[in-house]
Amino acid sequence: MASIASSPTASHGHVVRIPTDWSNPEMSRRIRRRYAAERRFRAIGFAAVAASVSFLAFLLINMLVHGLPGFLRTEIRLTIPVAVEKLHLTPDQLNGAGKEAALSAADFSGVVTAAAVTRFGDDGASFVSDTGWTALREAVTAEPTIIGKTVTLWLPAAGNLDLVAKGKPPSADGDAFRSAYAKLQHDGLVRTRFNTNFLTAADSSDPVSVGIWGAFKGSLLTMFVTLILSFPIGVLSALYLEEYAPRNRWTDMIEVSINNLAAVPSIIFGLLGLAVFLGTFDMPRSAPIVGGLTLALMTMPVIVIAGRNAIKAVAPSIRDAALGIGASPIQVVFQHVLPLALPGILTGTIIGMARALGETAPLLLIGMRAFIGAPPTGLTAPATVLPMQVFLWSNEVNRSFVEKTSAAIIVLLLFLLMMNGIAIYLRNRFERRW
Amino acid sequence: MDTQTTAPPAAATVTTKMTARDVSVFYGAKQAIKNVTIDISRENVTAFIGPSGCGKSTFLRCFNRMNDTIASARVDGEIKLDGTDIYTGGMDVVQLRARVGMVFQKPNPFPKSIYDNVAYGPAIHGLARSKAEMDGIVEGSLRRAGLWDEAKDRLQESGTAMSGGQQQRLCIARAIAVDPEVILMDEPCSALDPIATAKIEELIDELRGKYAIVIVTHNMQQAARVSQKTAFFHLGTMVEYGDTKTIFTNPTEARTKDYITGRYG
Repeated sequence: MASIASSPTASHGHVVRIPTDWSNPEMSRRIRRRYAAERRFRAIGFAAVAASVSFLAFLLINMLVHGLPGFLRTEIRLTIPVAVEKLHLTPDQLNGAGKEAALSAADFSGVVTAAAVTRFGDDGASFVSDTGWTALREAVTAEPTIIGKTVTLWLPAAGNLDLVAKGKPPSADGDAFRSAYAKLQHDGLVRTRFNTNFLTAADSSDPVSVGIWGAFKGSLLTMFVTLILSFPIGVLSALYLEEYAPRNRWTDMIEVSINNLAAVPSIIFGLLGLAVFLGTFDMPRSAPIVGGLTLALMTMPVIVIAGRNAIKAVAPSIRDAALGIGASPIQVVFQHVLPLALPGILTGTIIGMARALGETAPLLLIGMRAFIGAPPTGLTAPATVLPMQVFLWSNEVNRSFVEKTSAAIIVLLLFLLMMNGIAIYLRNRFERRW
Repeated sequence: MDTQTTAPPAAATVTTKMTARDVSVFYGAKQAIKNVTIDISRENVTAFIGPSGCGKSTFLRCFNRMNDTIASARVDGEIKLDGTDIYTGGMDVVQLRARVGMVFQKPNPFPKSIYDNVAYGPAIHGLARSKAEMDGIVEGSLRRAGLWDEAKDRLQESGTAMSGGQQQRLCIARAIAVDPEVILMDEPCSALDPIATAKIEELIDELRGKYAIVIVTHNMQQAARVSQKTAFFHLGTMVEYGDTKTIFTNPTEARTKDYITGRYG
């Protein structure tokens, strides 16, 4: 038997084969070419990875360099004489029922401006942020006894001074602000602090007092609505289509439609949301519930497709095993197929949700691009979302908004990271359990 | 054939557990099984042998209605368990599969702990009223499957982490745990090495008499070793059915003889 391979004969009608010479030059060349092709492929692959990593690094570094100063703000020390006759407010008024009305009528802005002009000269008013007087208002509210006395407060500096402090050109009067800042610094009247206001406030027309919390909360609420709608509906659709639906023309059509839906441009979902949710159902404009519904329509097909693939990938032998021991079809689905498919379904959900989080186009159409000065209080309150906030701020002329835009992008990326982190944690947990 | 490779003799008195009358199975227009009639006895191990594609597995899957899961499959004829028709007799398919357990070709434990694998069947059928009772069922089933000594210290480890042979015995323990009346085995050793195969065969021999066992096998020696009754299938028909000894030593049909002697298969 062993001799057949090495000494061919023509006696059985086979073609006579010349013994292979594994060391001839032709063979060596072929081997060299093979290794060269492999090296080339590895080099190209490495270059591709390196290119994408460097793009990512460029984006992140760029964002951090531009955005991190956005989390800081410059403050000016100002001594303010709080005179009753200037402020039009007495400590007694703050104890009674008309407290809010009295606070609204009080001229905090005038008192602060007067103090700034007195201290810094005619330009002094432009050193303090337009909304800087709110610091005095807070101080008075917290401690009414300061009325009639003189207080020293750190007030947020105007945007232009803030830009100079961060080494950037201000929007106007560059030299004037630069020399003013140098003088303030020399007198020890400026400091840089972490801008907690940025993390707690909502949008504002004054870049110094804008905050990201409004958009962040809007995104949270919108994503919440999207998730609780699209995840169960998507998973149940996938389960039904894979496990129960008969294979016929109708299910084929449904499959094609779902695949098409996943590829429909997002702006069309926005138009649909505008026509159906706002038009037909008369739901509130700019509300997270409408945004969530619209984004859920967009996310659902992604979850259905990922879910079906994950369910398909569950080994049929597991289904056989469960059926063979007398499990009913629903027990097979919920006790065996779904838990095994869940990691895959979650991966699809992450992709869909991440896409929804970054979506602006459909939300433009349902009014979520409005200027919203306060964080949303509920699902039907007016809100905006993080990418929309980035879009809105990037349209602003005032230079101070540049760093705020970058800072908002950092927050958006952190949100995304947090969401993916949770999903990956959940996925690993389920993978360990099974 | 010498005595060491031959199964113990058939039981003297037999009771019929399952009967098949004129059973035909169709996959769409293709007929996979043609008018098969057979009685399965409670006391013996019955082997189905035959070349690949002869329909022996298809026929086996009729006994617990696993063919129901294939949309295009259709079963004609009559199959009875203790005199009740399992297709038309108003028997619940879920209960049927608890009474007629199955062990598959490829070991397919659930990706759960060893304990949960065995406890799953009793749990879904509500066979244990307490944790202690469940523990007893799990231990008893693992003991019967000859797996207790190997598994008792690792009950909470995943069933899929065991070796192939252990996994298959775990699958047998899982089938036993619901206390079935019949166990169908679809080529249970074809994915196993000879040592694991020998253990399964030993186990089948120990289980004989407690459960009616039907085994499909590719391996004629295995059929000769473990079974008392053998049915030879070819091209969808049952060519010959009789005592294993007779089939292997003195078959009536020429086709059986050709297959037994290795002329085809």
